[in-house]
Amino acid sequence: MSKEQTLVVIGNGMVGQNFLASLVESPAKDDYKIVTFCEEPRAAYDRVHLSAFFTGKSAEDLSLVEPGFFEQHGITLHIGDKAAKIDRHSKTVTSQNGVTIRYDKLVLATGSYPFVPPVPGHDRMNCLVYRTIEDLEAMAAAAKTGKVGVVVGGGLLGLEAAKALKDLGLQTHVVEFAPRLMAVQLDEAGGSMLRRKIEDLGVTVHTGKNTSVITDGEHCVNKMCFVDGEELETDIVLFSAGIRPRDDIARDCGLDVGPRGGIVINNQCLTSDPDIYAIGECALWNGMIYGLVAPGYAMARTVVADLTGNEASFTGADMSTKLKLMGVDVASIGDAHAKTQGALVYTYQNGASEVYKRLVVSQDKKQLLGAVLVGDASGYGTLLQYCLNGIELPENPDALILPPRSDESVGLGPDALPMSAQICSCYDVTKGAVCQAIEAGCTTIGALKSETKASTGCGGCAALLKSVLNSELAKQGFEVNTDICEHFPFTRQDLFNLIRVEEIKTFDVLLERHGKGRGCEICKPAVGSILASYWNDYVLKTEHLGLQDTNDTFLANMQKDGTYSVVPRITGGEISPDMLIALGQVGKKYKLYTKITGGQRVDLFGARVDQLPHIWKELIDAGFESGHAYGKSLRTVKSCVGSTWCRYGVDDSVGLAIELENRYKGLRSPHKIKFAVSGCTRECAEAQGKDVGVIATETGWNLYVCGNGGMKPRHADLFATGLDKATLIKYIDRFLSFYVRTADRLQRTAVWMENMEGGLDYLKSVVIDDKLGLCEQLEQQMQHVIDTYHCEWLTTIEDESKLKRFRHFVNSDQPDDNVVFIEERGQIRPADEEERKHFKMVEVA
Amino acid sequence: MAQWIKACNIDDLQPDSGVCALVAGRQVAIFYMPKESTVYALSNYDPFGKANVLSRGLIGDIKGQPVVASPLYKQHFNLQTGVCLEDESVKIPAYAIRIENGSVQVSIPE
Ligand code: SRM
Ligand SMILES: Cc1cc2nc3c(=O)[nH]c(=O)nc-3n(C[C@H](O)[C@H](O)[C@H](O)COP(=O)(O)OP(=O)(O)OC[C@H]3O[C@@H](n4cnc5c(N)ncnc54)[C@H](O)[C@@H]3O)c2cc1C
Ligand code: SF4
Ligand code: FES
Repeated sequence: MSKEQTLVVIGNGMVGQNFLASLVESPAKDDYKIVTFCEEPRAAYDRVHLSAFFTGKSAEDLSLVEPGFFEQHGITLHIGDKAAKIDRHSKTVTSQNGVTIRYDKLVLATGSYPFVPPVPGHDRMNCLVYRTIEDLEAMAAAAKTGKVGVVVGGGLLGLEAAKALKDLGLQTHVVEFAPRLMAVQLDEAGGSMLRRKIEDLGVTVHTGKNTSVITDGEHCVNKMCFVDGEELETDIVLFSAGIRPRDDIARDCGLDVGPRGGIVINNQCLTSDPDIYAIGECALWNGMIYGLVAPGYAMARTVVADLTGNEASFTGADMSTKLKLMGVDVASIGDAHAKTQGALVYTYQNGASEVYKRLVVSQDKKQLLGAVLVGDASGYGTLLQYCLNGIELPENPDALILPPRSDESVGLGPDALPMSAQICSCYDVTKGAVCQAIEAGCTTIGALKSETKASTGCGGCAALLKSVLNSELAKQGFEVNTDICEHFPFTRQDLFNLIRVEEIKTFDVLLERHGKGRGCEICKPAVGSILASYWNDYVLKTEHLGLQDTNDTFLANMQKDGTYSVVPRITGGEISPDMLIALGQVGKKYKLYTKITGGQRVDLFGARVDQLPHIWKELIDAGFESGHAYGKSLRTVKSCVGSTWCRYGVDDSVGLAIELENRYKGLRSPHKIKFAVSGCTRECAEAQGKDVGVIATETGWNLYVCGNGGMKPRHADLFATGLDKATLIKYIDRFLSFYVRTADRLQRTAVWMENMEGGLDYLKSVVIDDKLGLCEQLEQQMQHVIDTYHCEWLTTIEDESKLKRFRHFVNSDQPDDNVVFIEERGQIRPADEEERKHFKMVEVA
Repeated sequence: MAQWIKACNIDDLQPDSGVCALVAGRQVAIFYMPKESTVYALSNYDPFGKANVLSRGLIGDIKGQPVVASPLYKQHFNLQTGVCLEDESVKIPAYAIRIENGSVQVSIPE
């Protein structure tokens, strides 16, 4: 059959798109010409991660459509065009823009819309919902002028929306009709634990509140009046009071819909018309609407199978969920409310650490029926597997929620799971499929993801996927090779320990004792860096020179044409006019291209290797020192104006930035380290994008760690609050020393921490609670580096024998004739290849 | 016939590292491994980075072959043959080199 039939899909949301993606992978694609109507102005995007829009993800980043998808598969996409009418007699769909398409098969994937309670005033200004990118844009616009935001609805989505309002800088309230938060998923005690935690974060929660009217506010745009007589002024009202299936178009053409909405479907996802299917949030199966993606994807797979002529049926889906709501872990599994006949309940509540856990088990205590976790959801994966696979519970089921009293582990190892266990519910990937992919050679998480799609949806199964991978690799006798390179059978961390314990001071000794061959450009700089971190010798000492990476060998950054750039330190970005003039004079004298860097200092480009010592001599005479822009070491401590000048400043950010930069300058580390200090929460120094960030507050300094910009930007995590300066510095000393000791080569703090078992909490326990008993050593390690600091450029220009190397030719004073500059915007730049041919003769400087 | 031309003296060399010498108008990168008493000479021009920088690369070995890693984009070149390990179709000039009484001599083909 060659595309004689037409398949129309109404709705290009998450499920509609997932359907198309599975369809084009199936044989059925050859049978149909495919047409889809997409009401929104853009094709499908990831609604699940919609909130990421506020943390910098663009609409494009959120897109679920691979570039060229529609073209490549010959799918006609009517974008921004809503299907308005279905005529089941003539089998046609007509759109708002007047397109009429005849269909043989029709799939409805129209999703749902946010329910807005019909209280008077619900359509006033700034009364919004949270479903589409346009909704978020409206929110961001309203937040610009508003101060207060209220979310109506304390369910899952409502709390997520509350976080968004909070992040937009609004005073945030949540108003819930039910007596507790997340009433669908949580029981009474779990709900109140969640409430406490969320209130700790500065969101005010009102439960058992019924809104009677929304009117003009006095201080804010709106005022909400409640049935109990109380009032709440707010600029923004965000409704998140549940969803309703978009079934109008089905209703109008006479398809069966449920009494409370939803297009009725059977196990094949067929509606009451045998040529029309419905999938996703618009569909009503067995009296249920599923407001999650995974069941929608399962419906999509069922329809593809049905169209292909395979037998398949949708038989319901698991509604278990695990989320981080405003930083609080919350999970709910199966029958959380213990509605099953004879169910027994175990609860564990720890008021001190604000953890609540509840297990619902069968009468014979053999099966897990459900669970609720608040504050610590680390057991989610294990519990879910018990529940879904009917694995028999241990003798004392409460061991599963009690904190471990001994070293014995009660977790379910991946080995205990049957091959049919579902690892990823978004993409229905079983353990069997994962194991098969591993056998076929996918030995990394990345490879597994692209082969099986597991963990590419909501990401909730990442930890489980990793443990299956590791256990399978171990079983196959695979040793995951973590050797740094062919010359040393060790990790960087091992090498650090060898150097420390055996007091090794040179590469040659290390190689002789523990390695083989001559070394290479991987192990040499790594060892050079460890030696420098620990002993802090001059890096250009003869025995260390050959270890240094390109830039360190000449203490400058090599540019594309082999010339260098010069970046003197400008601590905290503070510089006097005289120092600026001195910089300008050097730039002018040596005709260097001059630019302000992104790190609050000045870069001078185009210096020939033989010019470097002369330039540095002049800079040092003017009072500058090395900026280590070339090293894997502390770069800059960025600052904002701070309390000295700024009308909002709470503390002296410039002073602290300078002090920190002077303290840690010269510290060699696994990768570069960047700091910033802001004088108040407006955060003009962007401290939350740095490896170490400090923000002044009324109660002291807040310390953030493990952020970065670059290729994969990461927001830093709040590490400790309200610190005095001495404690702040102590924590940073320990943090940095621990990083220097244990990170991999070229691993920034963010990746280091993310790969650390236990993550941020573990790091806190090491640095703050001294869990490893290492803190004193770590502080000493740092103190040694601080005490032995020396400006490498000063040492270099004072040593005649070192200066000999700063020549292009050992046997001639001629410069490199391949270095040619062109003038552009009044300064020099390297000539490109064509230009070089023409201008080769031109002399410069 | 190729001739031995003096490039520099042995103490102009950098142990376990490289220098560049101008020999008969060519830029020659000279690498010195004192523990093995070996010297190597390659062209200083990096054909990938298109700059005269190879003498400033890190040296070592990969699977037993002595190599220099370009300081710009890290391709490896065999110090004996000049063949690029990442792309064997690329080969840079490698020169014969010897040390005679402390004088480092390179042979440049005509
Ligand atoms: C000069 C400068 C650009 C500018 O003109 O503004 C710059 C220039 C280079 N950056 Fe950068 N980065 C500069 C600020 C930044 C910033 C902004 C900042 O520090 O606030 C970032 C993002 C923030 C961050 O790192 O978290 C940045 C992220 C990178 C990265 C990506 C790091 C990552 O973790 O993903 C690299 C690549 C790397 O290090 O592996 C990089 C690497 C480089 C290198 C070293 C690339 C190279 O090997 O040639 C460039 C050296 C040029 C030179 O010769 O000086 N540069 N680079 C900035 C120097 C700041 C300073 O005063 O020291
Ligand atoms: C902020 C937020 C967070 C969420 N978090 C999670 C989560 O963590 N986990 C989870 O499982 N789920 C989550 N969800 C729910 C999840 O997004 C939905 O289950 C999923 O999007 C449903 O997919 P769908 O295709 O059925 O509906 P939608 O994605 O809504 O797609 C329906 C599309 O059809 C279009 N449409 C409707 N009628 C027509 C018509 N007549 N003609 C043309 N087009 C039409 C709509 O404009 C829409 O684009 C979240 C939802 C939101 C809003
Ligand atoms: S962004 Fe890229 S090109 Fe620009 S300075 Fe940084 S490394 Fe160089
Ligand atoms: S469960 Fe959502 S990505 Fe695997």
